[in-house]
Amino acid sequence: MSSNQSNTQNGSEQKEKVSESVQTSLSKKTETITLEFESSIVNHLVTRFTDKVVQVVYVRPGRTKILVPPNEIVQVATFLKDTLKFDHAESVSGTDYPKDNQIEVIYHLSSYSDEKLSSHVLALSTRVDRNDSRMPTLIDVFKSTEYHERETFEMLGVYFEGHPRNERFLLPEDWADIPPLRKEFRIKGR
Amino acid sequence: MENLDEKFNETIKMGLEIVKETEEDRLMTLSVGPQHPGSGHFRFTIKVDGDYIVYCDPDPGYVHRGEEKMCEYRNYIQNIPHLERPVIHDSTNITYSYSLAVEELTNIQVPLRGQYIRALASELNRQVYTLYWLGIYGIFLGHSTMFMWPLGDRELFIDLLEALTGARVTHAFNIPGGVRNDMPEGFKDRCLRQVAYFEKRLVEYEDIFYNNPLFRQRTEGVGILTKEDAIKLGVTGSVLRASGIPFDVRKAEPYDIYNEIDFKVQYMKTGDSFARSMVPFLDMRESCQIIRTLLDKMPQSGEVRAKLQPNPKGPAGESYKRVESGRGALGYYIVSDGTPKPYRVKLSVGSFRNILALPYLLIGSKLADMPSIYWSLNYWPVEADR
Repeated sequence: MSSNQSNTQNGSEQKEKVSESVQTSLSKKTETITLEFESSIVNHLVTRFTDKVVQVVYVRPGRTKILVPPNEIVQVATFLKDTLKFDHAESVSGTDYPKDNQIEVIYHLSSYSDEKLSSHVLALSTRVDRNDSRMPTLIDVFKSTEYHERETFEMLGVYFEGHPRNERFLLPEDWADIPPLRKEFRIKGR
Repeated sequence: MENLDEKFNETIKMGLEIVKETEEDRLMTLSVGPQHPGSGHFRFTIKVDGDYIVYCDPDPGYVHRGEEKMCEYRNYIQNIPHLERPVIHDSTNITYSYSLAVEELTNIQVPLRGQYIRALASELNRQVYTLYWLGIYGIFLGHSTMFMWPLGDRELFIDLLEALTGARVTHAFNIPGGVRNDMPEGFKDRCLRQVAYFEKRLVEYEDIFYNNPLFRQRTEGVGILTKEDAIKLGVTGSVLRASGIPFDVRKAEPYDIYNEIDFKVQYMKTGDSFARSMVPFLDMRESCQIIRTLLDKMPQSGEVRAKLQPNPKGPAGESYKRVESGRGALGYYIVSDGTPKPYRVKLSVGSFRNILALPYLLIGSKLADMPSIYWSLNYWPVEADR
Protein backbone atom coordinates (compact mmCIF):
# COMPACT_ATOMS: atom_id res chain seq x y z
CA MET A 1 0.00 0.00 0.00
CA SER A 2 2.80 2.42 0.86
CA SER A 3 4.33 2.04 -2.59
CA ASN A 4 0.89 2.68 -4.01
CA GLN A 5 0.58 6.05 -2.31
CA SER A 6 4.05 7.21 -3.16
CA ASN A 7 3.45 6.47 -6.79
CA THR A 8 0.13 8.23 -7.24
CA GLN A 9 1.69 11.50 -8.26
CA ASN A 10 4.04 9.69 -10.57
CA GLY A 11 1.09 7.85 -12.03
CA SER A 12 -0.85 10.94 -13.04
CA GLU A 13 2.15 12.12 -15.01
CA GLN A 14 2.38 8.80 -16.74
CA LYS A 15 -1.31 8.93 -17.53
CA GLU A 16 -0.62 11.72 -19.97
CA LYS A 17 2.32 9.86 -21.40
CA VAL A 18 0.19 6.82 -22.05
CA SER A 19 -2.58 8.70 -23.79
CA GLU A 20 0.02 10.33 -25.99
CA SER A 21 1.56 7.05 -27.01
CA VAL A 22 -1.78 5.68 -28.21
CA GLN A 23 -1.57 4.26 -31.69
CA THR A 24 -4.64 3.32 -33.61
CA SER A 25 -5.73 2.88 -37.18
CA LEU A 26 -9.44 3.17 -36.50
CA SER A 27 -11.63 6.21 -36.92
CA LYS A 28 -11.48 8.95 -34.31
CA LYS A 29 -14.96 8.36 -33.01
CA THR A 30 -14.32 4.85 -31.70
CA GLU A 31 -10.92 5.91 -30.46
CA THR A 32 -12.27 8.32 -27.89
CA ILE A 33 -14.99 5.98 -26.72
CA THR A 34 -13.03 2.79 -26.27
CA LEU A 35 -9.53 3.86 -25.41
CA GLU A 36 -10.43 5.44 -22.08
CA PHE A 37 -10.98 2.00 -20.66
CA GLU A 38 -7.76 0.58 -22.10
CA SER A 39 -5.74 3.51 -20.81
CA SER A 40 -7.25 3.11 -17.36
CA ILE A 41 -5.99 -0.48 -17.20
CA VAL A 42 -2.52 0.56 -18.23
CA ASN A 43 -2.46 3.50 -15.86
CA HIS A 44 -3.53 1.23 -13.06
CA LEU A 45 -0.53 -0.99 -13.81
CA VAL A 46 1.95 1.83 -14.12
CA THR A 47 0.69 3.36 -10.89
CA ARG A 48 1.03 0.13 -8.98
CA PHE A 49 4.42 -0.75 -10.41
CA THR A 50 6.86 1.83 -11.67
CA ASP A 51 7.44 2.40 -15.35
CA LYS A 52 10.78 0.68 -14.93
CA VAL A 53 8.90 -2.54 -14.30
CA VAL A 54 5.93 -2.12 -16.61
CA GLN A 55 6.67 -0.69 -20.04
CA VAL A 56 3.65 0.04 -22.20
CA VAL A 57 4.28 -1.18 -25.75
CA TYR A 58 0.97 -0.10 -27.27
CA VAL A 59 -2.63 0.72 -26.43
CA ARG A 60 -5.23 0.02 -29.11
CA PRO A 61 -8.98 -0.59 -29.01
CA GLY A 62 -9.41 -3.83 -27.14
CA ARG A 63 -5.70 -4.61 -27.13
CA THR A 64 -2.88 -3.54 -24.88
CA LYS A 65 0.61 -4.84 -24.60
CA ILE A 66 3.03 -4.43 -21.75
CA LEU A 67 6.61 -5.55 -21.35
CA VAL A 68 7.96 -6.60 -17.98
CA PRO A 69 11.28 -8.10 -16.89
CA PRO A 70 11.17 -11.90 -16.33
CA ASN A 71 11.89 -11.70 -12.61
CA GLU A 72 8.86 -9.43 -12.02
CA ILE A 73 6.38 -11.27 -14.23
CA VAL A 74 4.79 -13.36 -11.46
CA GLN A 75 4.14 -10.26 -9.39
CA VAL A 76 2.59 -8.39 -12.31
CA ALA A 77 0.51 -11.42 -13.30
CA THR A 78 -0.78 -11.83 -9.76
CA PHE A 79 -1.82 -8.18 -9.73
CA LEU A 80 -3.52 -8.60 -13.12
CA LYS A 81 -5.46 -11.55 -11.79
CA ASP A 82 -6.37 -10.34 -8.31
CA THR A 83 -6.99 -6.65 -8.89
CA LEU A 84 -7.74 -6.23 -12.59
CA LYS A 85 -9.73 -9.51 -12.89
CA PHE A 86 -7.94 -11.05 -15.85
CA ASP A 87 -8.71 -14.70 -15.17
CA HIS A 88 -7.31 -16.87 -17.96
CA ALA A 89 -4.68 -17.04 -20.66
CA GLU A 90 -5.84 -17.50 -24.24
CA SER A 91 -2.44 -18.24 -25.60
CA VAL A 92 1.21 -18.28 -24.71
CA SER A 93 3.61 -17.81 -27.54
CA GLY A 94 7.23 -17.07 -28.08
CA THR A 95 8.97 -15.06 -30.75
CA ASP A 96 12.64 -15.44 -31.49
CA TYR A 97 14.70 -12.29 -32.09
CA PRO A 98 18.23 -13.41 -32.96
CA LYS A 99 19.28 -9.82 -33.73
CA ASP A 100 18.56 -8.73 -30.15
CA ASN A 101 19.74 -12.10 -28.85
CA GLN A 102 16.41 -12.39 -27.05
CA ILE A 103 13.25 -14.46 -27.05
CA GLU A 104 9.98 -12.73 -26.34
CA VAL A 105 7.35 -14.72 -24.46
CA ILE A 106 3.83 -13.32 -24.75
CA TYR A 107 0.83 -14.25 -22.61
CA HIS A 108 -2.49 -13.17 -24.07
CA LEU A 109 -4.77 -12.70 -21.09
CA SER A 110 -8.49 -12.15 -21.05
CA SER A 111 -11.42 -12.44 -18.70
CA TYR A 112 -14.64 -14.39 -18.47
CA SER A 113 -15.77 -13.21 -15.08
CA ASP A 114 -15.64 -9.47 -15.81
CA GLU A 115 -17.95 -8.55 -18.65
CA LYS A 116 -16.24 -5.26 -19.36
CA LEU A 117 -12.97 -7.09 -19.97
CA SER A 118 -14.38 -9.79 -22.23
CA SER A 119 -13.66 -7.77 -25.37
CA HIS A 120 -10.19 -7.02 -24.15
CA VAL A 121 -6.98 -8.99 -24.59
CA LEU A 122 -3.94 -7.93 -22.66
CA ALA A 123 -0.59 -9.10 -23.94
CA LEU A 124 1.79 -9.58 -21.05
CA SER A 125 5.22 -10.02 -22.53
CA THR A 126 8.71 -10.52 -21.29
CA ARG A 127 12.08 -10.93 -22.94
CA VAL A 128 14.58 -13.56 -21.92
CA ASP A 129 18.18 -14.05 -22.91
CA ARG A 130 18.46 -16.35 -25.90
CA ASN A 131 21.46 -18.28 -24.60
CA ASP A 132 20.09 -18.78 -21.10
CA SER A 133 16.37 -18.74 -21.76
CA ARG A 134 14.65 -19.37 -18.47
CA MET A 135 11.87 -17.59 -16.68
CA PRO A 136 9.44 -18.35 -13.85
CA THR A 137 6.25 -20.17 -14.77
CA LEU A 138 2.86 -18.51 -14.43
CA ILE A 139 1.08 -21.82 -13.84
CA ASP A 140 0.38 -20.95 -10.21
CA VAL A 141 -1.32 -17.73 -11.24
CA PHE A 142 -3.01 -18.87 -14.44
CA LYS A 143 -3.61 -22.61 -14.50
CA SER A 144 -4.68 -22.30 -18.13
CA THR A 145 -1.09 -21.69 -19.23
CA GLU A 146 -0.01 -25.25 -18.42
CA TYR A 147 0.02 -26.80 -21.89
CA HIS A 148 0.81 -23.56 -23.67
CA GLU A 149 3.98 -23.18 -21.62
CA ARG A 150 4.94 -26.76 -22.36
CA GLU A 151 4.52 -26.02 -26.04
CA THR A 152 6.65 -22.88 -25.76
CA PHE A 153 9.30 -24.91 -23.98
CA GLU A 154 9.65 -27.45 -26.76
CA MET A 155 9.16 -25.04 -29.66
CA LEU A 156 11.48 -22.28 -28.46
CA GLY A 157 13.53 -23.83 -25.69
CA VAL A 158 12.34 -21.49 -22.96
CA TYR A 159 12.66 -23.26 -19.62
CA PHE A 160 9.83 -22.40 -17.24
CA GLU A 161 11.19 -22.63 -13.71
CA GLY A 162 8.65 -24.20 -11.39
CA HIS A 163 6.58 -25.78 -14.15
CA PRO A 164 5.95 -29.43 -13.18
CA ARG A 165 6.65 -30.73 -16.66
CA ASN A 166 9.05 -29.00 -19.01
CA GLU A 167 8.65 -31.89 -21.40
CA ARG A 168 7.91 -32.65 -24.99
CA PHE A 169 4.29 -32.27 -25.95
CA LEU A 170 3.63 -32.00 -29.68
CA LEU A 171 7.01 -32.93 -31.15
CA PRO A 172 7.93 -36.59 -31.72
CA GLU A 173 9.52 -38.47 -28.84
CA ASP A 174 12.75 -38.94 -30.78
CA TRP A 175 13.13 -35.31 -31.75
CA ALA A 176 16.88 -34.61 -31.66
CA ASP A 177 17.27 -31.13 -33.04
CA ILE A 178 17.13 -27.55 -31.83
CA PRO A 179 13.72 -26.11 -30.89
CA PRO A 180 11.99 -25.69 -34.26
CA LEU A 181 10.56 -22.22 -33.86
CA ARG A 182 13.97 -20.70 -33.31
CA LYS A 183 15.02 -18.81 -36.38
CA GLU A 184 18.17 -20.82 -37.06
CA PHE A 185 16.10 -23.96 -37.51
CA ARG A 186 15.43 -24.20 -41.23
CA ILE A 187 12.94 -26.43 -42.99
CA LYS A 188 14.86 -28.83 -45.19
CA GLY A 189 15.34 -27.55 -48.71
CA ARG A 190 14.23 -24.02 -47.90
CA MET B 1 15.78 -76.30 15.63
CA GLU B 2 15.41 -72.62 16.53
CA ASN B 3 17.67 -71.70 13.68
CA LEU B 4 15.57 -73.65 11.25
CA ASP B 5 12.40 -72.03 12.56
CA GLU B 6 13.88 -68.62 12.12
CA LYS B 7 14.91 -69.46 8.60
CA PHE B 8 11.45 -70.79 7.87
CA ASN B 9 9.82 -67.64 9.23
CA GLU B 10 12.12 -65.44 7.19
CA THR B 11 11.31 -67.31 4.02
CA ILE B 12 7.61 -66.94 4.69
CA LYS B 13 8.09 -63.25 5.38
CA MET B 14 9.99 -62.77 2.13
CA GLY B 15 7.33 -64.65 0.26
CA LEU B 16 4.62 -62.52 1.75
CA GLU B 17 6.49 -59.39 0.80
CA ILE B 18 6.68 -60.54 -2.79
CA VAL B 19 2.99 -61.36 -2.98
CA LYS B 20 1.89 -58.31 -1.02
CA GLU B 21 -0.28 -56.12 -3.14
CA THR B 22 0.84 -52.50 -3.34
CA GLU B 23 -1.30 -49.54 -4.34
CA GLU B 24 0.35 -49.56 -7.77
CA ASP B 25 -0.59 -53.20 -8.39
CA ARG B 26 -4.24 -52.40 -8.31
CA LEU B 27 -3.89 -50.04 -11.25
CA MET B 28 -3.95 -50.99 -14.89
CA THR B 29 -2.47 -48.66 -17.47
CA LEU B 30 -4.33 -48.28 -20.74
CA SER B 31 -3.13 -46.48 -23.80
CA VAL B 32 -6.04 -44.95 -25.68
CA GLY B 33 -5.15 -44.08 -29.24
CA PRO B 34 -3.71 -42.98 -31.60
CA GLN B 35 -5.09 -45.89 -33.59
CA HIS B 36 -8.04 -46.34 -31.30
CA PRO B 37 -11.20 -45.62 -33.25
CA GLY B 38 -12.59 -43.57 -30.40
CA SER B 39 -9.89 -40.98 -30.06
CA GLY B 40 -9.01 -39.68 -33.47
CA HIS B 41 -5.34 -38.93 -34.06
CA PHE B 42 -4.76 -38.48 -30.40
CA ARG B 43 -3.37 -40.60 -27.62
CA PHE B 44 -3.86 -40.42 -23.93
CA THR B 45 -2.69 -42.74 -21.20
CA ILE B 46 -5.07 -43.57 -18.42
CA LYS B 47 -4.75 -45.69 -15.29
CA VAL B 48 -7.80 -47.45 -13.99
CA ASP B 49 -8.50 -48.74 -10.52
CA GLY B 50 -11.24 -51.24 -11.21
CA ASP B 51 -13.85 -49.24 -13.05
CA TYR B 52 -12.56 -45.81 -12.15
CA ILE B 53 -9.98 -43.66 -13.89
CA VAL B 54 -7.35 -42.40 -11.47
CA TYR B 55 -4.78 -40.91 -13.84
CA CYS B 56 -4.84 -39.38 -17.27
CA ASP B 57 -2.03 -37.95 -19.36
CA PRO B 58 -2.83 -36.51 -22.80
CA ASP B 59 -0.17 -37.05 -25.44
CA PRO B 60 -1.08 -35.07 -28.55
CA GLY B 61 1.21 -34.40 -31.47
CA TYR B 62 0.60 -37.31 -33.83
CA VAL B 63 -0.55 -34.94 -36.54
CA HIS B 64 1.73 -32.03 -35.76
CA ARG B 65 2.72 -30.44 -39.06
CA GLY B 66 4.45 -27.27 -37.98
CA GLU B 67 1.87 -24.91 -39.44
CA GLU B 68 3.35 -22.01 -37.50
CA LYS B 69 6.81 -22.61 -38.92
CA MET B 70 5.47 -23.08 -42.45
CA CYS B 71 3.80 -19.67 -42.25
CA GLU B 72 7.19 -17.99 -41.92
CA TYR B 73 8.23 -19.21 -45.37
CA ARG B 74 5.22 -18.04 -47.35
CA ASN B 75 3.62 -14.69 -47.94
CA TYR B 76 0.28 -13.66 -46.50
CA ILE B 77 -1.76 -14.96 -49.41
CA GLN B 78 0.16 -18.20 -49.91
CA ASN B 79 -0.48 -19.08 -46.29
CA ILE B 80 -4.24 -19.42 -46.71
CA PRO B 81 -4.57 -22.92 -48.24
CA HIS B 82 -2.25 -24.67 -45.78
CA LEU B 83 -3.74 -22.90 -42.78
CA GLU B 84 -7.04 -24.65 -43.52
CA ARG B 85 -5.51 -28.09 -43.03
CA PRO B 86 -5.72 -28.24 -39.23
CA VAL B 87 -9.50 -28.31 -39.41
CA ILE B 88 -10.78 -28.82 -42.91
CA HIS B 89 -14.39 -29.18 -41.73
CA ASP B 90 -14.30 -25.64 -40.43
CA SER B 91 -11.95 -24.17 -42.99
CA THR B 92 -13.74 -20.85 -43.35
CA ASN B 93 -13.48 -20.05 -39.68
CA ILE B 94 -9.83 -20.96 -39.33
CA THR B 95 -8.92 -18.55 -42.12
CA TYR B 96 -11.35 -15.91 -40.87
CA SER B 97 -9.32 -14.64 -37.95
CA TYR B 98 -6.17 -14.96 -40.05
CA SER B 99 -7.73 -12.62 -42.60
CA LEU B 100 -8.80 -10.22 -39.86
CA ALA B 101 -5.30 -10.10 -38.41
CA VAL B 102 -3.64 -9.59 -41.80
CA GLU B 103 -6.15 -6.87 -42.64
CA GLU B 104 -5.19 -5.03 -39.49
CA LEU B 105 -1.48 -5.39 -40.21
CA THR B 106 -1.70 -4.31 -43.84
CA ASN B 107 -4.51 -1.81 -43.26
CA ILE B 108 -7.03 -3.23 -45.73
CA GLN B 109 -10.70 -2.21 -45.53
CA VAL B 110 -13.23 -4.90 -46.43
CA PRO B 111 -16.30 -3.90 -48.50
CA LEU B 112 -19.62 -4.34 -46.71
CA ARG B 113 -20.97 -7.05 -48.99
CA GLY B 114 -17.71 -8.95 -48.58
CA GLN B 115 -18.12 -8.83 -44.81
CA TYR B 116 -21.64 -10.22 -45.05
CA ILE B 117 -20.66 -13.03 -47.41
CA ARG B 118 -17.82 -14.21 -45.27
CA ALA B 119 -19.93 -14.10 -42.15
CA LEU B 120 -22.49 -16.19 -44.04
CA ALA B 121 -19.83 -18.66 -45.18
CA SER B 122 -18.52 -18.97 -41.66
CA GLU B 123 -22.01 -19.68 -40.29
CA LEU B 124 -22.60 -22.34 -42.93
CA ASN B 125 -19.24 -23.88 -42.23
CA ARG B 126 -19.87 -23.95 -38.51
CA GLN B 127 -22.97 -26.03 -39.24
CA VAL B 128 -20.85 -28.42 -41.33
CA TYR B 129 -18.35 -28.83 -38.51
CA THR B 130 -20.93 -29.20 -35.77
CA LEU B 131 -22.86 -31.81 -37.76
CA TYR B 132 -19.70 -33.80 -38.34
CA TRP B 133 -18.86 -33.64 -34.66
CA LEU B 134 -22.42 -34.63 -33.72
CA GLY B 135 -22.20 -37.64 -36.04
CA ILE B 136 -19.03 -38.85 -34.35
CA TYR B 137 -20.44 -38.18 -30.92
CA GLY B 138 -23.51 -40.22 -31.82
CA ILE B 139 -21.63 -43.23 -33.15
CA PHE B 140 -19.30 -43.43 -30.16
CA LEU B 141 -22.23 -43.51 -27.84
CA GLY B 142 -23.58 -46.38 -29.91
CA HIS B 143 -26.34 -44.42 -31.61
CA SER B 144 -25.83 -45.19 -35.28
CA THR B 145 -28.84 -43.19 -36.46
CA MET B 146 -27.20 -40.13 -35.01
CA PHE B 147 -24.21 -40.91 -37.19
CA MET B 148 -26.20 -41.27 -40.41
CA TRP B 149 -28.52 -38.30 -40.04
CA PRO B 150 -26.04 -35.50 -39.33
CA LEU B 151 -23.63 -36.75 -41.99
CA GLY B 152 -26.48 -36.85 -44.46
CA ASP B 153 -27.73 -33.38 -43.59
CA ARG B 154 -24.17 -32.09 -43.63
CA GLU B 155 -24.25 -32.64 -47.38
CA LEU B 156 -26.86 -29.88 -47.65
CA PHE B 157 -24.47 -27.32 -46.29
CA ILE B 158 -21.56 -28.76 -48.19
CA ASP B 159 -23.55 -28.35 -51.40
CA LEU B 160 -24.36 -24.77 -50.47
CA LEU B 161 -20.72 -24.04 -49.76
CA GLU B 162 -19.71 -25.76 -52.99
CA ALA B 163 -22.04 -23.46 -54.92
CA LEU B 164 -20.67 -20.47 -53.04
CA THR B 165 -16.95 -21.22 -53.03
CA GLY B 166 -16.33 -23.86 -55.69
CA ALA B 167 -14.95 -26.50 -53.32
CA ARG B 168 -16.65 -29.01 -51.07
CA VAL B 169 -14.52 -28.94 -47.96
CA THR B 170 -11.36 -26.84 -48.23
CA HIS B 171 -12.62 -23.60 -49.68
CA ALA B 172 -9.76 -21.09 -49.33
CA PHE B 173 -12.62 -18.62 -49.58
CA ASN B 174 -11.61 -16.01 -47.00
CA ILE B 175 -8.75 -13.83 -48.06
CA PRO B 176 -7.43 -10.63 -46.54
CA GLY B 177 -9.70 -8.00 -48.03
CA GLY B 178 -12.90 -10.01 -48.34
CA VAL B 179 -13.92 -13.19 -50.09
CA ARG B 180 -12.74 -14.72 -53.33
CA ASN B 181 -15.96 -14.42 -55.32
CA ASP B 182 -19.54 -13.21 -55.14
CA MET B 183 -22.58 -15.40 -54.47
CA PRO B 184 -23.97 -17.29 -57.46
CA GLU B 185 -27.39 -16.45 -58.81
CA GLY B 186 -30.32 -17.85 -56.89
CA PHE B 187 -28.13 -18.68 -53.90
CA LYS B 188 -30.29 -16.82 -51.43
CA ASP B 189 -33.45 -18.79 -52.23
CA ARG B 190 -31.61 -22.07 -52.19
CA CYS B 191 -29.98 -21.23 -48.89
CA LEU B 192 -33.29 -20.23 -47.28
CA ARG B 193 -34.98 -23.40 -48.54
CA GLN B 194 -32.31 -25.69 -47.17
CA VAL B 195 -32.08 -23.89 -43.85
CA ALA B 196 -35.85 -24.22 -43.45
CA TYR B 197 -35.58 -27.95 -44.11
CA PHE B 198 -32.68 -28.27 -41.69
CA GLU B 199 -34.63 -26.59 -38.92
CA LYS B 200 -37.29 -29.26 -39.24
CA ARG B 201 -34.59 -31.88 -39.02
CA LEU B 202 -33.25 -30.34 -35.84
CA VAL B 203 -36.56 -31.05 -34.15
CA GLU B 204 -36.20 -34.68 -35.17
CA TYR B 205 -32.63 -34.75 -33.83
CA GLU B 206 -33.92 -33.60 -30.51
CA ASP B 207 -36.57 -36.31 -30.44
CA ILE B 208 -34.40 -39.22 -31.42
CA PHE B 209 -31.16 -38.29 -29.70
CA TYR B 210 -31.36 -35.60 -27.07
CA ASN B 211 -34.62 -36.83 -25.60
CA ASN B 212 -33.50 -40.43 -25.74
CA PRO B 213 -33.48 -41.79 -22.15
CA LEU B 214 -30.42 -43.95 -22.90
CA PHE B 215 -28.46 -40.97 -24.13
CA ARG B 216 -29.52 -38.93 -21.14
CA GLN B 217 -28.48 -41.65 -18.73
CA ARG B 218 -25.05 -41.79 -20.26
CA THR B 219 -24.45 -38.06 -20.25
CA GLU B 220 -26.44 -36.38 -17.49
CA GLY B 221 -24.36 -35.74 -14.40
CA VAL B 222 -21.28 -37.18 -16.11
CA GLY B 223 -18.03 -35.21 -16.11
CA ILE B 224 -19.23 -32.05 -14.42
CA LEU B 225 -17.11 -28.97 -15.03
CA THR B 226 -18.04 -26.22 -12.61
CA LYS B 227 -18.14 -22.58 -13.57
CA GLU B 228 -15.13 -21.71 -11.42
CA ASP B 229 -13.05 -24.52 -12.89
CA ALA B 230 -14.06 -23.62 -16.43
CA ILE B 231 -12.72 -20.12 -15.85
CA LYS B 232 -9.58 -21.40 -14.17
CA LEU B 233 -8.80 -23.86 -16.96
CA GLY B 234 -9.52 -21.22 -19.57
CA VAL B 235 -11.72 -23.47 -21.71
CA THR B 236 -13.66 -21.99 -24.57
CA GLY B 237 -16.57 -22.47 -26.92
CA SER B 238 -19.32 -24.94 -26.13
CA VAL B 239 -17.39 -26.36 -23.16
CA LEU B 240 -17.34 -22.94 -21.55
CA ARG B 241 -20.94 -22.11 -22.40
CA ALA B 242 -22.11 -25.45 -21.02
CA SER B 243 -20.66 -24.44 -17.65
CA GLY B 244 -22.85 -21.38 -17.37
CA ILE B 245 -20.70 -18.64 -18.89
CA PRO B 246 -22.41 -16.93 -21.84
CA PHE B 247 -19.22 -16.01 -23.66
CA ASP B 248 -19.20 -15.91 -27.42
CA VAL B 249 -16.64 -13.91 -29.38
CA ARG B 250 -19.33 -12.87 -31.83
CA LYS B 251 -21.07 -11.11 -28.94
CA ALA B 252 -18.15 -10.22 -26.69
CA GLU B 253 -16.02 -8.66 -29.38
CA PRO B 254 -18.10 -8.42 -32.58
CA TYR B 255 -16.01 -8.62 -35.73
CA ASP B 256 -17.09 -7.53 -39.22
CA ILE B 257 -20.88 -7.04 -39.17
CA TYR B 258 -21.77 -9.18 -36.16
CA ASN B 259 -22.66 -6.13 -34.08
CA GLU B 260 -25.62 -5.61 -36.42
CA ILE B 261 -26.87 -9.17 -36.08
CA ASP B 262 -29.30 -9.86 -33.30
CA PHE B 263 -28.85 -13.26 -31.71
CA LYS B 264 -28.76 -14.87 -28.30
CA VAL B 265 -25.72 -16.59 -26.85
CA GLN B 266 -26.77 -20.16 -26.08
CA TYR B 267 -25.58 -21.55 -22.79
CA MET B 268 -26.49 -24.06 -20.09
CA LYS B 269 -25.68 -24.21 -16.43
CA THR B 270 -25.20 -27.86 -15.53
CA GLY B 271 -21.70 -28.29 -16.97
CA ASP B 272 -22.07 -32.04 -17.58
CA SER B 273 -21.58 -34.02 -20.78
CA PHE B 274 -25.23 -33.50 -21.65
CA ALA B 275 -24.89 -29.73 -21.51
CA ARG B 276 -21.70 -29.87 -23.54
CA SER B 277 -23.46 -31.86 -26.24
CA MET B 278 -26.61 -29.74 -26.10
CA VAL B 279 -24.93 -26.35 -26.49
CA PRO B 280 -23.59 -27.00 -30.03
CA PHE B 281 -27.08 -28.18 -30.95
CA LEU B 282 -28.61 -24.95 -29.64
CA ASP B 283 -25.90 -23.06 -31.50
CA MET B 284 -26.94 -24.75 -34.73
CA ARG B 285 -30.51 -23.65 -34.23
CA GLU B 286 -29.43 -20.09 -33.47
CA SER B 287 -27.11 -20.16 -36.45
CA CYS B 288 -30.04 -20.88 -38.78
CA GLN B 289 -31.57 -17.63 -37.57
CA ILE B 290 -28.28 -15.78 -38.07
CA ILE B 291 -28.04 -17.07 -41.64
CA ARG B 292 -31.53 -15.71 -42.35
CA THR B 293 -30.68 -12.31 -40.89
CA LEU B 294 -27.43 -12.15 -42.85
CA LEU B 295 -29.20 -12.94 -46.12
CA ASP B 296 -31.86 -10.41 -45.29
CA LYS B 297 -29.58 -7.51 -44.37
CA MET B 298 -26.97 -8.12 -47.04
CA PRO B 299 -26.52 -5.30 -49.52
CA GLN B 300 -27.84 -6.42 -52.90
CA SER B 301 -24.79 -5.42 -54.87
CA GLY B 302 -21.29 -4.13 -54.38
CA GLU B 303 -17.71 -5.20 -54.21
CA VAL B 304 -16.91 -8.38 -52.31
CA ARG B 305 -13.21 -7.80 -51.83
CA ALA B 306 -10.75 -4.98 -51.69
CA LYS B 307 -8.16 -4.77 -54.40
CA LEU B 308 -4.88 -6.07 -53.08
CA GLN B 309 -1.35 -5.33 -54.05
CA PRO B 310 0.47 -8.32 -55.56
CA ASN B 311 2.41 -8.92 -52.35
CA PRO B 312 0.53 -7.22 -49.55
CA LYS B 313 2.66 -5.98 -46.69
CA GLY B 314 2.34 -3.45 -43.94
CA PRO B 315 4.56 -1.72 -41.43
CA ALA B 316 6.24 -3.74 -38.70
CA GLY B 317 3.83 -4.50 -35.91
CA GLU B 318 1.64 -7.19 -34.48
CA SER B 319 -1.99 -8.16 -34.31
CA TYR B 320 -4.11 -10.53 -32.26
CA LYS B 321 -7.54 -11.31 -33.67
CA ARG B 322 -10.08 -13.93 -32.73
CA VAL B 323 -13.35 -15.29 -34.06
CA GLU B 324 -15.86 -17.80 -32.76
CA SER B 325 -15.28 -21.11 -34.52
CA GLY B 326 -17.07 -24.42 -34.08
CA ARG B 327 -14.75 -25.20 -31.18
CA GLY B 328 -14.67 -21.81 -29.53
CA ALA B 329 -12.45 -18.78 -29.77
CA LEU B 330 -9.87 -19.10 -32.51
CA GLY B 331 -7.11 -16.52 -32.25
CA TYR B 332 -4.23 -15.58 -34.47
CA TYR B 333 -1.22 -13.72 -33.19
CA ILE B 334 0.80 -12.43 -36.12
CA VAL B 335 4.04 -10.48 -35.88
CA SER B 336 5.11 -8.61 -38.99
CA ASP B 337 8.59 -7.24 -39.62
CA GLY B 338 7.52 -5.16 -42.59
CA THR B 339 8.17 -7.83 -45.23
CA PRO B 340 5.45 -9.68 -47.21
CA LYS B 341 6.06 -12.79 -45.11
CA PRO B 342 4.93 -12.96 -41.48
CA TYR B 343 7.73 -13.02 -38.93
CA ARG B 344 5.79 -15.19 -36.53
CA VAL B 345 2.33 -16.72 -36.60
CA LYS B 346 0.74 -18.30 -33.58
CA LEU B 347 -2.60 -20.07 -33.62
CA SER B 348 -4.50 -20.18 -30.39
CA VAL B 349 -7.10 -22.82 -31.11
CA GLY B 350 -10.07 -23.97 -29.07
CA SER B 351 -9.11 -27.64 -29.15
CA PHE B 352 -5.72 -27.02 -27.61
CA ARG B 353 -7.28 -24.99 -24.84
CA ASN B 354 -10.10 -27.42 -24.10
CA ILE B 355 -7.84 -30.45 -23.78
CA LEU B 356 -6.64 -29.13 -20.42
CA ALA B 357 -10.06 -30.10 -19.10
CA LEU B 358 -9.70 -33.75 -20.17
CA PRO B 359 -7.52 -35.07 -17.31
CA TYR B 360 -9.52 -32.92 -14.96
CA LEU B 361 -12.83 -34.47 -16.01
CA LEU B 362 -11.66 -38.04 -16.55
CA ILE B 363 -9.97 -38.53 -13.20
CA GLY B 364 -12.58 -39.91 -10.86
CA SER B 365 -15.07 -40.92 -13.49
CA LYS B 366 -15.86 -44.40 -14.83
CA LEU B 367 -14.03 -45.91 -17.77
CA ALA B 368 -17.35 -46.40 -19.53
CA ASP B 369 -17.98 -42.66 -19.37
CA MET B 370 -14.75 -41.88 -21.20
CA PRO B 371 -16.23 -41.59 -24.73
CA SER B 372 -19.06 -39.38 -23.62
CA ILE B 373 -16.67 -37.05 -21.82
CA TYR B 374 -13.93 -37.05 -24.42
CA TRP B 375 -16.17 -36.28 -27.39
CA SER B 376 -18.23 -33.75 -25.49
CA LEU B 377 -15.10 -31.60 -25.26
CA ASN B 378 -15.54 -30.77 -28.94
CA TYR B 379 -11.93 -31.70 -29.52
CA TRP B 380 -10.37 -31.84 -32.96
CA PRO B 381 -6.92 -33.47 -32.64
CA VAL B 382 -5.54 -32.14 -35.91
CA GLU B 383 -6.38 -28.61 -34.94
CA ALA B 384 -4.80 -28.95 -31.51
CA ASP B 385 -1.58 -30.32 -32.98
CA ARG B 386 -1.40 -27.79 -35.81
